[in-house]
Amino acid sequence: MTDRSAKSSPAVTRAPQQVRTRRELAAFQRHMAHTLFLPLAPDDTIAATFVDGRPMEEVAAEFIRPSDRLTALERLEIYARCYWYRITASVYEDCPGLRALLGEARFAALVRAFLVKFPSRSFTLRNLCARLPRFIAAEPAWTAPHSRLAYDIARFEWAQTQVFDSAALPPLPADSIASTPPHRLRIALQPHLTLLASDWPVDRFVIAVKTREAQRAEASNTVTQTKTRRPRRAPVPARKRTYIVVHRYKHRVYYKRVSAAGFAILSALDQGKTLTAALTAGGPRASAAEIRRWFATWMELGWFCRRTPSRNKRVVRPS
Amino acid sequence: MPANRFNAFTDYGIGIGLRVPHYAHILERKPVVDWFEIISENYLVDGGRPLEVLDDILEQYRVVQHGVSLYFGSTDKPDRSHLKRLKALVKRTKTPWLSDHLCWGSVDGTYTHDLLPMPYTFAAAKHTAEKIRYVREFLEVPICVENVSSYTEYHVSEMTEWEFLTEVVERADCGILLDVNNIYVSAKNHGFDPYAYINGVPHERVGQMHVAGHTKFEKYILDTHDHPVLDPVWKLYAHAIAQCGVTATLLEWDDKIPAFGEVHDEALKANQFIGGARAAKPLAPKKAPAHA
Repeated sequence: MTDRSAKSSPAVTRAPQQVRTRRELAAFQRHMAHTLFLPLAPDDTIAATFVDGRPMEEVAAEFIRPSDRLTALERLEIYARCYWYRITASVYEDCPGLRALLGEARFAALVRAFLVKFPSRSFTLRNLCARLPRFIAAEPAWTAPHSRLAYDIARFEWAQTQVFDSAALPPLPADSIASTPPHRLRIALQPHLTLLASDWPVDRFVIAVKTREAQRAEASNTVTQTKTRRPRRAPVPARKRTYIVVHRYKHRVYYKRVSAAGFAILSALDQGKTLTAALTAGGPRASAAEIRRWFATWMELGWFCRRTPSRNKRVVRPS
Repeated sequence: MPANRFNAFTDYGIGIGLRVPHYAHILERKPVVDWFEIISENYLVDGGRPLEVLDDILEQYRVVQHGVSLYFGSTDKPDRSHLKRLKALVKRTKTPWLSDHLCWGSVDGTYTHDLLPMPYTFAAAKHTAEKIRYVREFLEVPICVENVSSYTEYHVSEMTEWEFLTEVVERADCGILLDVNNIYVSAKNHGFDPYAYINGVPHERVGQMHVAGHTKFEKYILDTHDHPVLDPVWKLYAHAIAQCGVTATLLEWDDKIPAFGEVHDEALKANQFIGGARAAKPLAPKKAPAHA
């Protein structure tokens, strides 16, 4: 996937004076889009200057007709605000934990920088935050001094989006596991399951943030403003190595803690290793009785399915 | 002309948009509703609760797909993986027709997620019509294109919005989803006569209508879908069905969504106008001068 920024497309400095060909239509749309992709000013007005340094007022007047009530710039500004409000709101909705960690001002700066570098490349806003962990890792200054934690929270929050509506394949029946020798048996994990290891208890951190915000919403009469209410900044959690399975059960998203050994076994299975190799990866840390109990629970939750050649590997990898 | 080839010769009555806050009410109480309109993009997923709810709804209700991301006017080529997902959803819902907007919204693969108004030129109409034809042939379902609300006009435009809409749908040989609220909003923002707009479109191509609420600001009107339908929009709607015949009509309510009953009651107000129009002899299609 190629990273695209607003400044990377060619020939955006002048709007065509006519649209009589498909090429001119493309140039026209490209020109207008790049006026929208520039971040709003701090007071939420449209950017003062275009990519070529000219005043935005002059640029707007070139291709937008004023009305009897609005200047060309004001008309363009309506669309610039709609663009930024819409995509920003999408990130805010998907990342309450990251927002609480960083506080309002730093989160807003992070989101703006992220969206300038990674504008939406999908027809659906569902995928907008897919590249947020990568951005945080590549540009840690936006989240310093908590960049590693911010990265893990971003991965955890993206995992929830994925798990919510990923495919559910038929669960593997117990007899098919029992009937195949362990050194030949390769088991896949459901697409609606993500493994995530972190040096912080990011699951409990995000749950605490959501619970607190839900309680604030219940205590307030301004229900319609819930989306825009500024969350309180949350205290940074203490370090603790944590192994989490984000999974879906009966159409709801859950987070389940597993042991280091259990995580190693699941990760090995996910990587296509045989059951024997996966159990070896789990090491001597768990007894046979524990492992049997884990598998019984995982089977009950429907985590296992058959391996298929077309199956996508999950995006969020254990760190 | 309630039933025509652009809505697969159906007569669907009054529908409302299927929205998450109403899921529980609909599934538990099973209210009588003529049909639901779904936002296709909300169900272009591989699994989980969205598809579970959709399947439950499909067992009991008629569903029509409405999209927000085909961007018929964008010069980007149609995304085939998107279209494949959409086609699978069409098979799942058995939607008699599919609608999306007469607008653009993506450039070089980057999406604005907005419904941006087209420059109203013949070249833009030709391109847009070609894309509609391509999508229709791929999806194998009739398509209605919806007029968007707009807040800007361009120097390069060569015709009115309704002339452009007509040019596109006749070139594409497709239907129209006539959004009466959008006509009203754009008329107020740009200073044209909304009745001239309705008189000026090919009535025989109207396969569906939308009504919705909007918000007035000091210098312009915004299409917010967060209010009941305002009286001037109902009057315009009455004129539209008098011209086009009784047509499948949907109320859009997308923000500050009240209880299901309130939304449904608001939609059913359309019956006040439909009764009279059903009794009346359908008018012959007519075209008004561009600036009547």
